[in-house]
Amino acid sequence: MAEVLTKIEELDRKEDQFIEETGFDDHFHEHHHGDKYQSNFINHYIFSMDHKIIARQFLITGIIWALIGAGMSIIFRLQLGFPESDFTWLKPFLGKWIVVENGIGSLAPEFYYALVTMHGTILVFFVLTAGLSGTFSNLLIPLQLGARDMASPFMNMLSYWFFFLAGIIMFYSLFISTGPFSGGWTAYPPLSALPQASTGSGTGMTLWTVSLVLFVVSVLLGGINYITTVLNLRTKGMTLWRMPLTIWAFFVTAILGLLSFPVLASGFFMLIMDRSMGTSFFLSEIFIQGQALDRIGGSPVLYQHLFWFLGHPEVYIIILPAMGLVSEVLSVHARKPIFGYKAMVLSILAIGFLSFIVWAHHMFMSGVNPFISNFFVVFTLIIAVPSAVKVFNWITTIYGGNLRLNTPMLFAIGFVSMFISGGLTGIFLGNSAIDIQLHDTYFVVAHFHIVMGIAAFFGMFAGVYHWYPRMFGRFMNETLGKIHFWGTLIGAYAIFWPMHYIGMAGVPRRYYKFDSFDAFKHFGEMNEFITIAAAVVFALQVLFVINFFYSIWGGKKQTTRNPWGATTLEWTSPIGGVHGNWVGKIPVVHRWAYDYNKDEREFVPQYVPMDEGEIAGEDYH
Amino acid sequence: MTGLVILLVLILLAVIIVQIGKVNELAGRIRGEEEAYYQGNDRTGLWLFIFMIIFLVACVVSAYYYKDMMLGYGPLKAASAHGDSLDSLFNVTLVFTGIVFIVTQYLLFWFSYKYRAKKGGKAYFFPHNTNLEIVWTLVPAVVMTYLVVKGLVVWNDVMPDVNPDDDYLEIQAAGYQFAWDLRYPGPDGKLGTTDFRLIDLSNNPLGQDWSDEKNADDFLPSEIVLPKGQKVRVRITAKDVLHNFYLPHFRVKMDAIPGLPTYFIFTPIKTTEEFRQELRQYPDWQVPADPTEPDGPQRWETFDYELACAELCGQGHYSMRRVVRIVERDEYEEWAASQPSYYYSNIRNTDIDPKKPYELYGAEIKARNAALNAAFDDANAQEETGTIIGLENVFFKSGSAELQGDYTFELNKVAELLNKYASMKIEVGGHTDSQGDDASNQVLSENRAQAVKNYLTSKGVNASRLTSNGYGEATPVADNNTPEGRQQNRRTELKIVSK
Repeated sequence: MAEVLTKIEELDRKEDQFIEETGFDDHFHEHHHGDKYQSNFINHYIFSMDHKIIARQFLITGIIWALIGAGMSIIFRLQLGFPESDFTWLKPFLGKWIVVENGIGSLAPEFYYALVTMHGTILVFFVLTAGLSGTFSNLLIPLQLGARDMASPFMNMLSYWFFFLAGIIMFYSLFISTGPFSGGWTAYPPLSALPQASTGSGTGMTLWTVSLVLFVVSVLLGGINYITTVLNLRTKGMTLWRMPLTIWAFFVTAILGLLSFPVLASGFFMLIMDRSMGTSFFLSEIFIQGQALDRIGGSPVLYQHLFWFLGHPEVYIIILPAMGLVSEVLSVHARKPIFGYKAMVLSILAIGFLSFIVWAHHMFMSGVNPFISNFFVVFTLIIAVPSAVKVFNWITTIYGGNLRLNTPMLFAIGFVSMFISGGLTGIFLGNSAIDIQLHDTYFVVAHFHIVMGIAAFFGMFAGVYHWYPRMFGRFMNETLGKIHFWGTLIGAYAIFWPMHYIGMAGVPRRYYKFDSFDAFKHFGEMNEFITIAAAVVFALQVLFVINFFYSIWGGKKQTTRNPWGATTLEWTSPIGGVHGNWVGKIPVVHRWAYDYNKDEREFVPQYVPMDEGEIAGEDYH
Repeated sequence: MTGLVILLVLILLAVIIVQIGKVNELAGRIRGEEEAYYQGNDRTGLWLFIFMIIFLVACVVSAYYYKDMMLGYGPLKAASAHGDSLDSLFNVTLVFTGIVFIVTQYLLFWFSYKYRAKKGGKAYFFPHNTNLEIVWTLVPAVVMTYLVVKGLVVWNDVMPDVNPDDDYLEIQAAGYQFAWDLRYPGPDGKLGTTDFRLIDLSNNPLGQDWSDEKNADDFLPSEIVLPKGQKVRVRITAKDVLHNFYLPHFRVKMDAIPGLPTYFIFTPIKTTEEFRQELRQYPDWQVPADPTEPDGPQRWETFDYELACAELCGQGHYSMRRVVRIVERDEYEEWAASQPSYYYSNIRNTDIDPKKPYELYGAEIKARNAALNAAFDDANAQEETGTIIGLENVFFKSGSAELQGDYTFELNKVAELLNKYASMKIEVGGHTDSQGDDASNQVLSENRAQAVKNYLTSKGVNASRLTSNGYGEATPVADNNTPEGRQQNRRTELKIVSK
């Protein structure tokens, strides 16, 4: 054992020496004596400007929110699976939201809707946007590009703290007496604009909008930083076409966020004005609570346009980083170059571009002119082409590989499976004629949960298990990881597969219970099954969380700098990370990121110069 | 205390799980790391393969098992004319996506199994292949083009608005928290205008504008009843927040938006009864509708089409149900005729009626003129004289013989008809109710009859053809003890004396 260790240390030393000889000197240490930016606990671990710490802050905050958001789904799934049961036992947690009548406690409908709304908001924004893109963009952009840190570490710090503040306000809204906002994560007015329309539309909605406006600020601060870093801080030799797919994905994600989140913010500002300043951007001809309102001339559909102009790119903001992570993990653990690198990049760009001209496919049944829908159907279904190319390329990446079927790899494979399953149902929904029947049914719930919920989570898990040593200098436990994977894979399909059938039968989503409709009330057994599956999957995520936190202190120690034998630059930085990422010079890049098993070499890191006459991997035939 | 115990148990459980994980990895290390690694890899690969088989079989088998829950099959056959085109588009898409689904999932897991790392194994350097990539860009592009074209043909067939000269029935559905108001156009076939400022929860739920005569015959039923085979345009509106007009059996769905009326056009093709007979074949529907009553009606017997809300509208969103009944045309006509107009049954002659008793809608005047025509034609055709034609829209000021209001149209019509049947002689009779003393009632009735006679004379009817007579309260036609009866007794009548 000791012998092996010295051998590895020897290798790492050789690598350092190599980088010192061939690397690029930016005179980093002449300016950063004594590491004054990380001198004490507070500015090292709390108000840190180091991208690696900020990445961990995003990840851990994301995990906490994921537990809260997923926990909420278990409570409302209990209502859907067991509507007749007695929930008095939940009273200690939920208080007045459990209404006890004749000795039977049931979930108050307004709180059911609040849970559904918060589940969506939290998972979409706080977990899958901040927790996923925030974590890995921060961790990997500087490290894989060979940068000392982000272009503006200070803005990067602000980005996290705005997110944190947004989270605090949203969390606070869970405990106010009228309950959190309950009008759905899309917050369509007039329901969201009029406090008299629903209890949650009062203070709960005010806090919701304030929180999300802060969140938009966070995304923008992060996004500007990611874009600037990618464009300006690449190390010598790191041309755009040599960037790993992770970076391409984060880069396009940041552009999408930068272009679409301000539109959402403008929608929120108008909503805030409608709520508190008497304007009528989204209100017209309303008679509510026995009173005709003096608000004429606005259009609720305008809000939907503004919302979905963000909302659709948002699903790609969620899924693109996951695609990037999965591409990287599949390639590393298959010991093969990613298949069709350029096609993958072009697909990311095509998906990114198309995501801006498909938003109204969420609105086929919203009263927009049916003629306009023609264009949105065409663009929506065109997205299937780059998506299909990506899937075929991933499958071909594992074809002929030498696959290490460890936890990150399993989750990456699981991601592709989920992306196929969820993506294909999108072809139904994108066709407006089919959407007439399926719109707002459980079919939609199944579709988007699989394709952007579960798939994005799988991408995130693949990333966490794979880059855990990069973040914490230790490995997560493989056995627990595998239990986590198998349980989640089977469980997630068990939850969402049956929902397709319920949806095809016409059952609408966002129903508190189904017993008043003959057409919807006969799926009790399936709903029970789904609830039980959801509870099991939730328990397995708790297992992941235990594994995650335990491994920070008790996981297997990382002994070698590049444990996966990867080619990218993040594995050339010292174990545990240092301020500025490299002690001496920055490595210079000579090749793309996917030279695995090329010319009889198991892997060739990016900093290794090309041999004489060697054909670059991307030009290889 | 219980909470603490549960917490402790959970912590213990977490510790156990972590230990299991650790032990497993240690065991691996003892067995020899490399050996254990490849064994584990083999096992995981095999599991992926087994998972794929079970997963794909489960997908196909469950799709078959739940085929009655698939769009367009069995009990989920559409009940509208356009429904089938939607369902067949769904099924065409299902075939394409189904093939892609099975092939890609198979390859994904099969490769994962087949190319699992083996000791000394080596991956194949295969960075790209232009031909392959062109093929799998073009194939999805072609399939997508096909689906887009097919989809848009259906869409543009289903969604356009009606032509003004189409034969269609327009009804209104207005969503509010948490129910639907329904409105039918009545015999005129037209819905009257509405204004949200006129909405009054107890007297005018839809804010109908009573100055618009199209509103007079509109009726507000509690269920949607439609004739089979009739093209229906639903005007979809909302009063407060967004709702969605959703008829699952008819493949109809459209948001209801305050301030922005939307529509959906469909033609029901199966009556409720016909649909019940179709459901009758399926075992799922041959069970008692109410499980607590095994001898009660079966599920198929109690089936009804339903209207639901499909856009989150607040805490009662899940309860916005209305029954939809599709019937044969005759039954529909009968039903529609039996529905009382909202205006006539709730508004007319009440304090909130903006129209005075002697103010009439144009259609009412037209109908009254037609009735008078018929009455005179009829009287003229009969052998005998003595036919009595009551005047309905002749009003006097209280206690006076001064004519007021809309009297002109009815008396003008009578004058016109008397000029048409120029030989007819008429007695104008005045009647009162029993309020007040006999003598003054007698005088009043004589004066009122005289006033009518004078008016007719002024319109060119020869005075020699007219006599006037007051009957006082002597000849009631209804009970004088009720206000309605008294109102019927206060009247002016024309009696045909000779022809």
